[in-house]
Amino acid sequence: MSDIPVHHDPHSHDQPEPNYLNWSHTVKDWLLTGDHKRIGMLYLISVTIFFIVGGVAAMFIRVELLTPKADLFSLETYNRIFSAHGIVMIFFFLIPSIPATLGNFLIPLMIGAKDLAFPRLNLLSWYIYVIGGTFAVLALVFGGVDTGWTFYTPYSSMFSNGNVVLTIFAAFFAGFSSIFTGINFIVTIHKMRAPGMTWFRLPLFVWAHYATSLIMVLGTPVVAITLLLLVAERSLHLGIFNPNNGGDPVLFQHMFWFYSHPAVYIMILPGMGVISEIIACFSRKRIFGYSFVAFSSLAIALLGFFVWGHHMFTTGQSMYLGMVFSILSFMVAVPSAIKVFNWASTLHKGRVSFHSPMLYALGFMGLFLIGGLTGLFLSTMGVDIHLQDTYFVVAHFHYVMVGGAIMAFLGGVHFWWPKMTGRMYNENMAKVAAVMIFVGFNATFFPQFIVGYLGMPRRYAVYPEEFQFWHILSTMGATLLGLGYAMPGVYLVASLFNGKKAPANPWGAVGLEWHADSPPSPHNFHETPIVTWEAYEYDIDGEAGMYDGPLEGNEEKRTNFGGESGTEPAGHPAGD
Amino acid sequence: MFDKISFFPEQASTFANEVDVLYLTIWGLTIFFSALVVVMMLILGIRYRRHNKIDRTHPVHTHHGLELAWSVIPLILGLMIFAWGAKLYADAYKVPENAEEVFVIGKQWMWHLQHSNGIRENNELHVPVGRPFKLTMISQDVIHSFFIPAFRVKRDVLPGHYSSAWFTATKPGKYHLFCAEYCGNEHSRMVGSVYVMTPEDFQRWQDLKGTAGGELKNPVVKKTLADEGFEIFQSVGCSNCHVAEDTARAPSLNGIYGKKRQMQNGEVLLADRDYMRSNILTPNDKITAGYEATMPTYQGSLTEEQVNSLTAYMKTLGTPDEPKPAGGEIKVRAGKVVNPPPANSTKPATGTTTGGRL
Repeated sequence: MSDIPVHHDPHSHDQPEPNYLNWSHTVKDWLLTGDHKRIGMLYLISVTIFFIVGGVAAMFIRVELLTPKADLFSLETYNRIFSAHGIVMIFFFLIPSIPATLGNFLIPLMIGAKDLAFPRLNLLSWYIYVIGGTFAVLALVFGGVDTGWTFYTPYSSMFSNGNVVLTIFAAFFAGFSSIFTGINFIVTIHKMRAPGMTWFRLPLFVWAHYATSLIMVLGTPVVAITLLLLVAERSLHLGIFNPNNGGDPVLFQHMFWFYSHPAVYIMILPGMGVISEIIACFSRKRIFGYSFVAFSSLAIALLGFFVWGHHMFTTGQSMYLGMVFSILSFMVAVPSAIKVFNWASTLHKGRVSFHSPMLYALGFMGLFLIGGLTGLFLSTMGVDIHLQDTYFVVAHFHYVMVGGAIMAFLGGVHFWWPKMTGRMYNENMAKVAAVMIFVGFNATFFPQFIVGYLGMPRRYAVYPEEFQFWHILSTMGATLLGLGYAMPGVYLVASLFNGKKAPANPWGAVGLEWHADSPPSPHNFHETPIVTWEAYEYDIDGEAGMYDGPLEGNEEKRTNFGGESGTEPAGHPAGD
Repeated sequence: MFDKISFFPEQASTFANEVDVLYLTIWGLTIFFSALVVVMMLILGIRYRRHNKIDRTHPVHTHHGLELAWSVIPLILGLMIFAWGAKLYADAYKVPENAEEVFVIGKQWMWHLQHSNGIRENNELHVPVGRPFKLTMISQDVIHSFFIPAFRVKRDVLPGHYSSAWFTATKPGKYHLFCAEYCGNEHSRMVGSVYVMTPEDFQRWQDLKGTAGGELKNPVVKKTLADEGFEIFQSVGCSNCHVAEDTARAPSLNGIYGKKRQMQNGEVLLADRDYMRSNILTPNDKITAGYEATMPTYQGSLTEEQVNSLTAYMKTLGTPDEPKPAGGEIKVRAGKVVNPPPANSTKPATGTTTGGRL
């Protein structure tokens, strides 16, 4: 037991060693750290701040939409608020949320490495993110921008009087930060796996991040170029997108969505990785169809590059081009279906428990199902004519990006919080929050499918009276959702001060990261792990449920990495 | 507020029901698959809950038959929905030959509409039931999108390039017209109404509606778009060079609409609406083979409305096979003209010449 008082035996090997959090406390050591775990925490704090900024903007939007008239804000202010909401949430929260926090923290631990391949590049990516974030905040302070997060030309390049250039530099910098993160992950996963950690022993979380990194590295430069062209047109009046100077406004949409559709998969793929880890752990079972789930991540990443035109069915692009984009969009349904059915089948003959991370994961499943399936309406060209630019689209992408990605992010934070901070949070409050978020989310966004089909266009502060009922429902749901999101902020922070000390492996999970201390030492592992077991080897000896350690209070851990550790789990034997 | 709760917009065009049927079909699939997965997880989650004593021997870790099933079944269903949706899309944007044309000009933040018979409307569109209408649309500034939910019709309205959509209204009533593409401050006020009328009501409305600024006038002097185009053709100086026959200075415009044109650089272009527009506004970008770049630029001095009228006029100048004379033969061309416009009119009949933006 590791909680033996130190004075009993000062030389005990159980004496608490310094961990990555407490080995030094100076600001300099935090701001100049190369430790992926500290950088992950820096990112966690930063993205949380931006989540709050974007969330406040969302609440302003919902309050304004309570009535059909623009009574809380002027039209101009409303436009700046929804633009701020989109830009902050997408570029500064959703894209970095899981990869830069959980991915940063966990990938080296999961593959048995000491750190990422390029620790200084990792730190640089955070600084670049902060510079981008500073631009975004300055743009807001100086009055904001009113282009929406999509920056469509020629409005953004020739007509808008907001801080377009400043905002674009904000997005540009955020993009480079994710390129650096992507490069770091790809090299790390290729080169730094521990002995025995073969590709097909990697946790699916790592596979998902590998696919995500490919998109980050291949897609982000395109949006960077596009945004620079926009700045060139706005500042230097080069005719690129403005038809009066010989440009093509729709060209911008092609270039923008070439990145921004794959960017949706940057937001959701890491979430799918998180869900695979949680479902396996709380079902006590290997993920059903491991290799199918792994390759479906790559398939989604690849297909994601060839569907951008489904955002443009009403722009007048060639009908045959549209058909290609439509059919490829339906193809994305296949790897998504593979994932969902494999997750569900994982429960079969497992030992299912419903701790808070599992509740978030199940919530993710429900919301991602609706989010993904409603994507079919929008891939269907004839129906998309009606739905394009309505609240149906708003509802759809919130189900995927908020319902899906944030549910997974919260699930991951709850799952690995003991590992990251060394503290246990209040499990009951976590369960209540998970249920509140699930209910609040559906109450907020489901009415938007209906009001969208009725014809309510996006980005309207003023709307016909007959839509008001659905907007009121939506705002009521948003209130519940906001409270739900605030709860983890309270009990997770509280756990830092009064939470129970977390053991190394509170959930009895089998990933390599649970072999490290909670919180891990600055160098992650005391000795290089040698992996001799498969991923998710929960049902050891071929009999499901053999490995059934208690989910809390298990203070033991597998300390040696020899061949026997794989077959001799540290938990208690079967039988409850 | 509560007496108006509905789940579907009104069905007021021939598309509406077709779109709704497909929409409901996809909802059917959505509900079926969501329920399937949720029920599957509930049953498995409860049956195999942690403390339930139940046979867990021989767990399955992978099953190729199942993987194949849940890949192929969604794929087949998806392809079916794709084909259905693509068919609807093709119908929605393939304009029938006999459709009557309405010009739509979008600008921050209003809709300006012109019927081919010269009637103008702002933020309102009157159409009869049962007759196909084609919308030919262009924007004066940013991208807008013309959206009539009750018709299930939407098309982006772009600057610098014509786009089109069509519909046949089926049910008299008043319906929403929205701008669906974000276009700046007053985006949510760039709205209007579509009035679908019985053919008799529509006829009465047309008879009462004048041409001057869209105000009701009686009696009415009908001046079609082509008539206005003719006046502009004379007043801005087109007729100085473009005459009935090809000359050394300029090609004749008789019968060129819809024809392939050979350019100086060897390109062959179709003289469609976009071609006409760009050759009026920026004529020196594309020079017809055999001519010099002598025509002045009209960008900024002609409005989109005036360009529309000019094109309407030029369309009437014969067909590719049967060129009809231009200029003084106006009476022959437009038998319906009541008062032939004066040939030496000094200013255009409509719009302004002050600049590209109204």
